Amino acid sequence: MRAGGRDAHPPLSTGIRLSTTGDLLHVVTADDLPPGRIAFGRGLMWGTGLLLCLAAALQTAQAMGVIDLGLETWRPTLYAFITWAIALCWGQVLTRGEQGKRALFVLPAVLFVVALTVFPLLFGLLIALSDWNLSSPTGRQFNGLDNIRQMWTDPFYWNALGNMGWYCLAIVVEYAIAFGLALLLNAEIRARKFFRVAFLLPLMLSPVAVSWMIGKSMLEPRFGPLARLGRALGWDTPSFFGDPLVAKLTIMAMDAWTYIPFMMIMLLAGLQAIPKEVQEAARVDGASGWRGFWEVTFPLMLPVSLTAILIRIIFKLKLADIVISVTSGGPGGATDTVTSFIFREYRDRSNVGYGTLLAMVYLVVIVIAMTILMKIADRFTRPRT
Amino acid sequence: MTLQTAEAPIFRDSETDLRHRAQWWTGSLAVYSALILWALICLFPIYWTITTSFKMAPNVMQGHLVPFVDYQPSWLGWRSLGMSPDTIGTESSPRAEFMKRFMNSLIVSVTASTLAVILGSLAAYGLSRFSYRWAWMRNPDISFFFLSQLILPPVVLALPFLVLYKALGLLDTRIGLILLYTLMVLPIVIWIMRDQFAGIPTELEEAALVDGLTIWGAFATIILPIALPGMVAAFILSLVLTWNEYFFAALLTSTHANTLPVMVASQTGSQGINWWAMAALSTAAILPLVVIGIILERFIIKGMAAGALK
Repeated sequence: MRAGGRDAHPPLSTGIRLSTTGDLLHVVTADDLPPGRIAFGRGLMWGTGLLLCLAAALQTAQAMGVIDLGLETWRPTLYAFITWAIALCWGQVLTRGEQGKRALFVLPAVLFVVALTVFPLLFGLLIALSDWNLSSPTGRQFNGLDNIRQMWTDPFYWNALGNMGWYCLAIVVEYAIAFGLALLLNAEIRARKFFRVAFLLPLMLSPVAVSWMIGKSMLEPRFGPLARLGRALGWDTPSFFGDPLVAKLTIMAMDAWTYIPFMMIMLLAGLQAIPKEVQEAARVDGASGWRGFWEVTFPLMLPVSLTAILIRIIFKLKLADIVISVTSGGPGGATDTVTSFIFREYRDRSNVGYGTLLAMVYLVVIVIAMTILMKIADRFTRPRT
Repeated sequence: MTLQTAEAPIFRDSETDLRHRAQWWTGSLAVYSALILWALICLFPIYWTITTSFKMAPNVMQGHLVPFVDYQPSWLGWRSLGMSPDTIGTESSPRAEFMKRFMNSLIVSVTASTLAVILGSLAAYGLSRFSYRWAWMRNPDISFFFLSQLILPPVVLALPFLVLYKALGLLDTRIGLILLYTLMVLPIVIWIMRDQFAGIPTELEEAALVDGLTIWGAFATIILPIALPGMVAAFILSLVLTWNEYFFAALLTSTHANTLPVMVASQTGSQGINWWAMAALSTAAILPLVVIGIILERFIIKGMAAGALK
């Protein structure tokens, strides 16, 4: 992520940063393509492109009720698109020779991503501006900005957005724990492999299974082991999802449990990349223990830390599985995330139009927030001279 | 941790040495207790789930923890899944149901991960070796285009996909899920593989090209074997993410193509106090990945560490 953001503005001075793209391979090849081959390639690309347009146009006409072709789904258009994509890849090689073969490395992925994100996003924009309830017989109706007005006065959506802020703040604690664990694993300890595997395991578990294992059984107020522990420690009526604050903290803890290994491993990789000499030199200079950590290790770890935190924020913003299967947003929306709220908006009311608008607004909020965060992070990591 | 061999071991019994040793003992005691505490936090839920699947109602209510000491294990939970020793040979509809979901999960996650590793490796290789220009987009822009997909929350695509899949007749099919999951893990694969390829010197391909190989030939015969560990890391990481995915699976599948997480979630909704059955189901759902995690731990760590350092 961060590397990508950096690459968007290639820095002029630092040579290290460019190394993520590697040394470019410079090979000069003299292509001598016969004109017949180029013409065939062009014809292939344009021909299948026209076929795709034709299929799309015919199906649109059928969808609008102009003609009846007896087609039930839009699959013919899909097949036409696949044909066109293959022809485009082949055509590149036919018309551009060696250059085309190089383009062939990236082209399939680009076509795949464009087809599966850019097109649905544009389509989503259309849905977002319409009143569309999948269970109502009237179908899609354009209603302009009505959904935005509805969103503006929807306290549950703002509540969910606010909750996301709280959930993201919990990352600070997760980061502290993960850093501590990484330091422990980096120390000279016995059975390091065992501890590393044990610490990694929570990441492998499916959030839904975790929400049963911890959320529903271990935290069960009567028989759950953690409830028993709570009673033994003097909490008379342990209830982890009754009180809004406690419920939010419990969800945070469960999510942290799954994702702390993720940050821990990134930080561990960073710690192991610090040359041993640096710490030894610091020790010789009299900075040992706590001071050595704050003045040597921590500043050196800043770039890795920021990368880990940014990626963790990205994952946190997608938080939904645990909330959906443990609390469904309750009590009173205290644990709701944007994703789980939209999920219920669709599951309970089939309200596709409004739900899509909420998701689009969320995307805009995320893009703005992440851009600001990445700019701040970039300023922090830029070497001071 | 602290000073071990810094001083010559001649005056071992001096005042300062003894103090060091005491410090070292308390220090390592603190380190190991912290390690063991966290290991307990990580492992106890897994232990709890596995042991609960062998419990009966009274064991659950009395909070028994250790099998054979506190309580006598029984196959109750596994029998309800049709997977206890006495039911494994007979026909069982819960087991058939479970196996169907299991196969769905397996097919979808393996296919999607394979597809993502193929597409992603090719793209990452191209981006690390050649300079592309398409309209105003150069290599860094194309990289950023791929990696920015990571920010995209699934919920933004969910409802448009629901409508599109409905129109395309792809709702509740494995292919529909595979396409989405491939899309979901592609940026992560590209992110890992870009670092892998950037670490391979270009002289290798240059030599191969001089020897008469084409660029694709050089990629397949020389670069791929070197980058294979990185590809395995990317594949395992994708497998974990796709196996555990719940949100899209819950939205886009209903009866034919739903995966294990959906099955687990649908059981939790209607839970009575049937803990042993749920525990058995959860155990069966997490076990494959726990095993993969234990065996292939170093690949997973390698994959996640790859991006951290750049």
